[in-house]
Amino acid sequence: MIQIKDLHKSYKMGKNSLHVLKGINFNVEEGELVAIMGSSGSGKSTLLNILGMLDELDEGSYTLDGVPIKNLNETKAAQYRNKFLGFVFQSFNLINYKSAAENVALPLYYQKVPRKERQEKALKYLAQVGLKEWANHLPSELSGGQKQRVAIARAMAAEPKVLLADEPTGALDSTTSYEVMDLIQKINDQGNTILIVTHEPDIADMCKRIVHLKDGVIIEDKKIEQVRAAKYV
Amino acid sequence: MGFLFDRNTWQEIFGSISKNRTRTIITVIGVLWGIFIYIALSGAAKGLDNGFDKVFKTVAINSMFVWAQSTSMPYDGFKTGRPLQLKLEDVKTIQNRIPEVQYIAPRITQGQFGSEPVYTVRGQKYGSYVLNGDYPIYTKISTKKIYDGGRFINQEDIDQARKVIVIGERVEQELYNKDENPVGTWIRVGSVYFQVIGVHKLAQGVSFDSDSAMFIPFTTYQKLYNSGDNIGYMCIAAYDDVDVVQVEKDIKTLLRNIHRVDPKDERAFGSFNLGEAFSKTMGFADGLTFMSLVVGIATILAGVIGIGNILLISVKERTKELGVRRALGATPAEVRNQIVMESVFLTVIAGILGIILGAGVLALINSLTKDIDFPYTNPTVPIPYVIGALVIMVVLGTLIGLIPAQRAVSIRPIEALREE
Ligand SMILES: Nc1ncnc2c1ncn2[C@@H]1O[C@H](COP(=O)(O)OP(=O)(O)O)[C@@H](O)[C@H]1O
Ligand SMILES: [Mg+2]
Repeated sequence: MIQIKDLHKSYKMGKNSLHVLKGINFNVEEGELVAIMGSSGSGKSTLLNILGMLDELDEGSYTLDGVPIKNLNETKAAQYRNKFLGFVFQSFNLINYKSAAENVALPLYYQKVPRKERQEKALKYLAQVGLKEWANHLPSELSGGQKQRVAIARAMAAEPKVLLADEPTGALDSTTSYEVMDLIQKINDQGNTILIVTHEPDIADMCKRIVHLKDGVIIEDKKIEQVRAAKYV
Repeated sequence: MGFLFDRNTWQEIFGSISKNRTRTIITVIGVLWGIFIYIALSGAAKGLDNGFDKVFKTVAINSMFVWAQSTSMPYDGFKTGRPLQLKLEDVKTIQNRIPEVQYIAPRITQGQFGSEPVYTVRGQKYGSYVLNGDYPIYTKISTKKIYDGGRFINQEDIDQARKVIVIGERVEQELYNKDENPVGTWIRVGSVYFQVIGVHKLAQGVSFDSDSAMFIPFTTYQKLYNSGDNIGYMCIAAYDDVDVVQVEKDIKTLLRNIHRVDPKDERAFGSFNLGEAFSKTMGFADGLTFMSLVVGIATILAGVIGIGNILLISVKERTKELGVRRALGATPAEVRNQIVMESVFLTVIAGILGIILGAGVLALINSLTKDIDFPYTNPTVPIPYVIGALVIMVVLGTLIGLIPAQRAVSIRPIEALREE
């Protein structure tokens, strides 16, 4: 699903240049649930942003579902994001004046899905994350865990090839974090490919594979026995 | 441009607008105020314009009066202070020599400018009124509305010096009972009996004659008062497209020449130029229209710039939202269109509300000024102005919206989404 070869990325800041990613090689197969770990500042978000076409790589190659991703203009990148990717953010990033259902329906709007179908799909995905009754509530009326579940429903509504989550549990307490991980595991059980950035080992243990970043390179890449979050909920 | 007709686009725009209420209301008020000022001012100016038009409708616009006074300078062997008298031949000479003159009507009058009004009797009733000797052509310069069944003086009346008379509305009221028809009846004017041929209605607006004036054929007047070829004054109408002030000068120069008056003697002949007064008044109304246009446009502009500013602020506030939208697949064009459409939509809504409000206020002013004696009629803003204003709003809304829209897409989604 994802092939990355010899990926380099540096940030220029005035005269200095900060080399963040120094030759990353890694592949992800369909249906994997990968945790990207590493200490703060190790380049996890940078990697995820490149995978999400929000940022560009300096060197190396990136292929997503057989499509080489390079030299994208903003319009093309937006269309690819819309078609291939779902995003979950640490701070949820729901649109505060839209109801839960409207938030979930938003990527479908940019896919030009007709309104009725959008609403039906939004409700379907809200039901999957257990928030059907909250469809007409604004984000401000939801708890943190509920917000993240709405965000996950929104990411899934577009039926992306890959779900990218940057510290999805970073703003949640541990019980709520496990609830969210339980949801992510269930989505993965249905065959969806998911990448999660985290620095919390217990969250990483709930994935099927852990990729460890340090100083801009992968120092460890191992498959693990998944811990089911349902046990802790 | 297909997105314009896509229901989804509008739902998204409407959603964003209706859910950012405070922002929407503030922006709308700015433009609404602008268009309201524009409509109210230009409507009011139009009302004045209409009012003046109505006032001047009853007289030839390019008209003037000319009368004789006495010399103020010695000339050609004559002493200063020589009284001057206009003659019927003067009328002919002016007619022949000054081609800009369209109509010229000599008049002679008793009961005005210091002379005694004429004692008039009918049965037990009586009164004193102004009496004019007139030619039919007079009505070309000052319209006379004659009540049904009557008429003004005609050429036969002149040729035969008939003893016929047109009386004013007030004369009728004072000499007749309500249910009587004056036409065909006889009244005594001074010592002579006249048959009434018509009653003239007092003109709305400018009128040379009051409602107590009476008109008889010029020739009859000559006989009655033994006035010979003397005339009191002349009413002159120039063609519409000529410079009346120049015509007035030419006529007075000619008269000075005929009557052997010093060419520099300005006081020998008096005149009143209605055309000049009219163009001053109309100039005032035009100036007002222009000013209201300028003020209105400026206010609209200020309002639209206000919308641009607030959208710019709101784009900053919504940086994150717009970043999220782009992460979810909104292309830069879609984001730009949305912001521009929000701007246009707000501007147009505000514009329409302003127009409605402005029209309401104009209607109110109209009903308030209906009964007062002020030249103010039908204060409407012409539809093309309104449509023009709306078009301007759409164009300005688009242009102004482009600034925040460009700003919105210039921020990369990754920057927009950065935490902290
Ligand atoms: N836009 C940027 N400009 C400059 N430096 C950046 C930028 N984004 C990230 N960095 C730097 O790159 C390094 C890696 O950042 P990041 O990928 O966010 O780390 P992590 O998500 O693992 O905490 C950090 O030192 C950070 O300061
Ligand atoms: Mg990070």
